[in-house]
Amino acid sequence: MPEQLVFAMEVTLNGLMTGVMYSLVALGFVLIFKASGIFNYAQGVMALFAAMTLVGIQDGRVPFSHVINAIFGTHIYDFGWEVPALLAILLTVIVMIIFALLVQRFVFKHLVGQEPIILFMATIGLAYFLEGVSDLMWGSEIRNMDVGLPQGINDWIDVTTLEIFGYGFFIDNLDLAATLIAAILVMGLIAYSQYTKNGRAMRAVADDHQAALSVGISLNYVWILVWSLAGIVALVAGVMWGSKSGVQFSLSLIALKALPVLMLGGFTSIPGAIVGGMIIGVGEALFEFAIGPMIGGATENWFAYVLALLFLVFRPQGLFGEKIIERV
Amino acid sequence: MKKLTILVLSAAVAAGSPAAAELVFPSLSYRTGPFAAGGIPFADGYSDYMALLNVRDGGIGGVMTSVPECETAYNTERGVECYESTRGLGALVYQPLSTGITYQLIPRTTVDGIPLHTMGYGRTSAANGDVFSHTFNYPANYWDAASIIVNQLLEENDGSLEGQTIALLYHNSAYGREPIRTLETLAEMHDFEFLQLAVDHPGQEQGNQWLQIRRERPDYVVMWGWGVMNQVAIQEAINIRYPMENFIGNWWSGADHDVESAGADAAGYRSLNMNRLGDMPVFAEIQELVIDAGLNAGDGSNLGNVLYTRGMYAAFLAAEAAALAQEMSGVADIDASMMRDAMEALEITNEIMEAAGMPGIGPEFAVTCEDHGGTGMAIMQQWDGEAWVTLTDFIAPDDSVTQPLIDEDSAQYAAENGITSQCSDS
Repeated sequence: MPEQLVFAMEVTLNGLMTGVMYSLVALGFVLIFKASGIFNYAQGVMALFAAMTLVGIQDGRVPFSHVINAIFGTHIYDFGWEVPALLAILLTVIVMIIFALLVQRFVFKHLVGQEPIILFMATIGLAYFLEGVSDLMWGSEIRNMDVGLPQGINDWIDVTTLEIFGYGFFIDNLDLAATLIAAILVMGLIAYSQYTKNGRAMRAVADDHQAALSVGISLNYVWILVWSLAGIVALVAGVMWGSKSGVQFSLSLIALKALPVLMLGGFTSIPGAIVGGMIIGVGEALFEFAIGPMIGGATENWFAYVLALLFLVFRPQGLFGEKIIERV
Repeated sequence: MKKLTILVLSAAVAAGSPAAAELVFPSLSYRTGPFAAGGIPFADGYSDYMALLNVRDGGIGGVMTSVPECETAYNTERGVECYESTRGLGALVYQPLSTGITYQLIPRTTVDGIPLHTMGYGRTSAANGDVFSHTFNYPANYWDAASIIVNQLLEENDGSLEGQTIALLYHNSAYGREPIRTLETLAEMHDFEFLQLAVDHPGQEQGNQWLQIRRERPDYVVMWGWGVMNQVAIQEAINIRYPMENFIGNWWSGADHDVESAGADAAGYRSLNMNRLGDMPVFAEIQELVIDAGLNAGDGSNLGNVLYTRGMYAAFLAAEAAALAQEMSGVADIDASMMRDAMEALEITNEIMEAAGMPGIGPEFAVTCEDHGGTGMAIMQQWDGEAWVTLTDFIAPDDSVTQPLIDEDSAQYAAENGITSQCSDS
């Protein structure tokens, strides 16, 4: 087999894995948009906040310690204990649910019936507010994310592909773990929405707010539920990306990679987020591999958007999005 | 009501009183945002050293120092706003720790007559003082860094890099692209192959670049990164099992937080450093007189780390220039113009560094009207899995390569901006 083809296969596989990482972020957008029509600009910052909270709890850090020390002249930074990863994850989930309650209670409850652009602007404000709160709560230092996920080259794939193709493929164990977790997450979300009462309520609200209200479904409750789920998805994305690069403020920028995924996969489809992520991941990786060296490289960021725009030209609602038909 | 009246009267009296003389060194810091991990220790080191001078020596020449901080979040527009809002305070020198902000401030500070010190960053050709009258980049610049790395590799390879491949993994920005011309020239001169690998901002995704490195196996990978790009690159290098001792960062890719998350797995990774590390007497003084007294700028946890030491070194160079300005002008309460003149006459010797409690922190150098760049020397350090270890003494760059590039670029800037020789009268 030609050497370049083998390399292209390795690039494709890695692109698929990277795409799954993008999908983890895109899923949070889809959940909220599907149920409430809100494009949640704060999803990336939610991933940052969740990851910082998880690491802060794990390390036993005192939240808002800088503020407390500045006001009271103390020098308290941590409790002196460490929390096991699983317990820290559970506590972070509780924090994200509280966050969902607060967002609904103090922001979106007051904006029911407003134009989508107003709701979108509110999420922009929420993003900057949450970024500031994260900084005040946990500080700006880089934290190490260690929840026991494997990392580094997968030796089995390396050896097996070496035997078959004469060249060992590099696949990161973390990317394999992310793929597995994403698959479980998607199956869980689909099962939850299909087979539980709350899930059916979510789907009813997503289909028609008015109809759902008329049969006694609480819009308020469903939105809290959806924001909580989006918070949990943000935590998963934060853990995976945080394991790759450490937990730091640039984590919030991963949201930028979710946008082309959403444009491609559609804003309302969970499978669309996954397939869209994979297409973007593979597309940008192959473009960088084949064309990147000729034009100076670093094409991933902009090519993802070019690819999404190309799809939009032929299918404006995205691959899996619902076709919008408005009758006058 | 009585209390309120007293408060108002006190405020009025305070406002009417003549302000006590202060030497103002604004700190355009970034303690928030994606690059805060690098900005915080530098700002801490800068402020803490000035605080030490106040507590230990009663300021500089009897005048207390002041370090008003303005948060830029590493954002160029906010950096310019910070400059505009602090220059009226009697600012003596600016050190923005950002190449983007530096490019915006070069023309402004020149017009305002305030010196700009960009040690190891900013516009490399500003080393030519004949063109850039108010910008200084001693003790070293980017092109020096590229040349030093190649010199060190030549030393390790019996003086020849023929047939070898050196890859440059760089942040796809003006900063990251700075060393390309120098490395191209050096590649031609020493017959090595030069491979360029750009990484998009902020640098969280480098999978494709490291797959290419794994395929092409360059003999060395040189990194021009900052922020998250550094940690991700080091982790990716570990993931593909690239020999870490052949992976070398510049001085902005060799901080503690860049390697701590990878820990022992990153052992062997090397980087340049323009300031030596180690246990210096000044740290004990800062601990006792500043941190223990609660006068520190941060939480005190960064004391002695790479970027804290660099911030402290930057403050030391500013303080020495201010002291020289007082001596040259015979005025204690100096202004920016006097500060500029002193920076141009600054000479840093081992005796001066030792007297400041930081022996050998940097190379000895002297600034002149023509040369605002210093000797351009730097050390190479190595991460041993737990701490940075100094590997070499200060290594000199190849001036025969860097100087023509500086002359060419500064001449172009001078032509574009109608600048005539600044040093012809001196």
